Amino acid sequence: MQEAGMGQAVNEALREEMTRDPNVFIAGEGVGVSIHDSPLMPTHGLLEEFGEKRVRDTPVSEAAIAGLAVGASEAGMRPVVEIMFNPFFTLASDMIVNHAAKLRYLSGGKSAFPLVVRMKSGSGFGAGCQHSHNLEAWVCHSPGLKVVMPSTPAEAKGLLRSAIRDDNPVIFIEDMNLYFAFMPVPEDDTLIPIGKADVKREGKDVTVVAWSRMVHTALAAAEQMAGEGADVEVVDLRTLVPLDEEAILTSVKKTGRLVVCHEATRTGGFAGEISAVVMEKAFSSLKAPFRRVTGPDIPVPASPPLEAFYLPSPEKLAGAIREIMNQG
Amino acid sequence: MEISGEKKMEMLRSMILSRRFSEKLTELCKIEGKIPGMVILSTGQEAVGSGVCAALAPRDVIITNHRSHNHLLAKGADPNLLMAEIYCKKTGYNKGKSGTLHIAVPEINAPCTTTVVGGGIPIAVGRAFAQQYRGEDAVTVCFFGDGAADEGSFHESLNLAALWQLPVVFVCENNVYAGAQRFEEHTRSKSIADRGAGYGMPGFVVDGNNAASVFNAAREARQLALSGGGPTLIEYRTYRCRGHGEQDPQHYQPKDEIAAWMEKCPIPRLSGDMIAEGILTQDQLGRLEDEIRDSVEAAVGFAESSPYPEPEDALEDVFA
Repeated sequence: MQEAGMGQAVNEALREEMTRDPNVFIAGEGVGVSIHDSPLMPTHGLLEEFGEKRVRDTPVSEAAIAGLAVGASEAGMRPVVEIMFNPFFTLASDMIVNHAAKLRYLSGGKSAFPLVVRMKSGSGFGAGCQHSHNLEAWVCHSPGLKVVMPSTPAEAKGLLRSAIRDDNPVIFIEDMNLYFAFMPVPEDDTLIPIGKADVKREGKDVTVVAWSRMVHTALAAAEQMAGEGADVEVVDLRTLVPLDEEAILTSVKKTGRLVVCHEATRTGGFAGEISAVVMEKAFSSLKAPFRRVTGPDIPVPASPPLEAFYLPSPEKLAGAIREIMNQG
Repeated sequence: MEISGEKKMEMLRSMILSRRFSEKLTELCKIEGKIPGMVILSTGQEAVGSGVCAALAPRDVIITNHRSHNHLLAKGADPNLLMAEIYCKKTGYNKGKSGTLHIAVPEINAPCTTTVVGGGIPIAVGRAFAQQYRGEDAVTVCFFGDGAADEGSFHESLNLAALWQLPVVFVCENNVYAGAQRFEEHTRSKSIADRGAGYGMPGFVVDGNNAASVFNAAREARQLALSGGGPTLIEYRTYRCRGHGEQDPQHYQPKDEIAAWMEKCPIPRLSGDMIAEGILTQDQLGRLEDEIRDSVEAAVGFAESSPYPEPEDALEDVFA
């Protein structure tokens, strides 16, 4: 089994799906010739392999990029477009929120929009808040979109292949830090179903629900807490919409304690949604209050000590776990 | 260029149908509880949709906007299913999910009607991209108003369409008003068509109340797009005889201005020309009008006798 970063895994998925289906094309700012070019980046080498017809460098025009995907997918093509960084989603948001998400419903089910919007997310580069701002809760709040946030290269590959084959618009968010974290990627054509969570670590005392980069934070915190005698289960959602409620509830019913960890800011974050699901469906299983460990309600700062303060760390997460272990 | 008698008849029929349909809606939406939502009409602007669509083949695609009924009827929408959708009934084109404003009719290649001003323009670019990618012998037409040309989506889309020489025709229906703002109150530009040059595409100002001129300009732009010559921006000058929507009191629109434009109504202009050319008689025109009036009444009958969707139907059609 080869080791690769998430960008390379995404690259493999794109290459395989473009080879399999001539309706798949990619478009975006620098998907062909890039100012960020490196073998670790998701679209590296695709222009050379598939040519200008299928690898479309666009002007800096996020609304047009997203609209391109909406229009082409209605015609039965399978566009995979890239919005360079998650905060630039705002420039494409009318096409995604008002059109990709709603046009099928407005058509009474006649039309389908099988498109994928890939976005890079994650702080840690000193890039500041207009390049680092995790907005997954925004898209989760728009019915009609599926939302995928993988935590490992292997899953990114399997999930992206499923996303491209899905007949609905899929928002696929890749944490850039994971482009530089090398993990095993199987050389096969596994499809990972959208909407299925994965238990990354089994435990009996506390459930930590996380996704994307924070799964690794959760695993590190679980290791720390193991030394203190707490057995932590880590549930990686992988997909936020549709949400695998069953996986969350099964785990919480077993452990009786829940911490949700996300990098995005706190107020209106997706942790609140998970908490609500657990309150509605498994309240009586809880032995201690729900806790969330998230970014604070501030724009992501650029200065290294400030940015480090922003990011949920294994230590902060372990602190929350310790707190509810002591509460019941 | 010469236009066949058959094409003129097609445009005349389509304009009269659209006008009767609109007039009927003006009447119906005064009756409390009949038509849900905001009824937005093209009364007086029919030559644009009818003239452009007459220049298209069935395989060509249109993307339209909040003022869509004329475009959809001209592209071949069934008045019964359209009226039923406007009534928000289960039998409508979109099972009542759209209502009057966002009617999608993919079966006639009118897959997207969006009420977000300028929202259809990037989607038209995507649809045209698919046509170019697959080497289809077809174009996409995008209808939008003069107000939409102030949106950022207009700029991004025209730039991209010209860059990639996509087979798209941008049809700006300049009806003098964007909401309550007159054209000169929302832009310093003398015309929208002038902006074509800035993107490297031809731009033309055309009389939008003359069906023959509308048809000819659209036919030419379609040919250019089909031959690989890329997009064209056509600005049809017309006039919004009704308010933005039927609830709009129109207090900002001078009455004599409305009356002056009604004098330029595209329907008698075309029928008058056809009678003068000897390809239409007054009798034939009368019969055509009666036949269309009956079909609009039938559409209302169909819509009124149709059931509403079941409340739980609201949960369907979110995901494929």
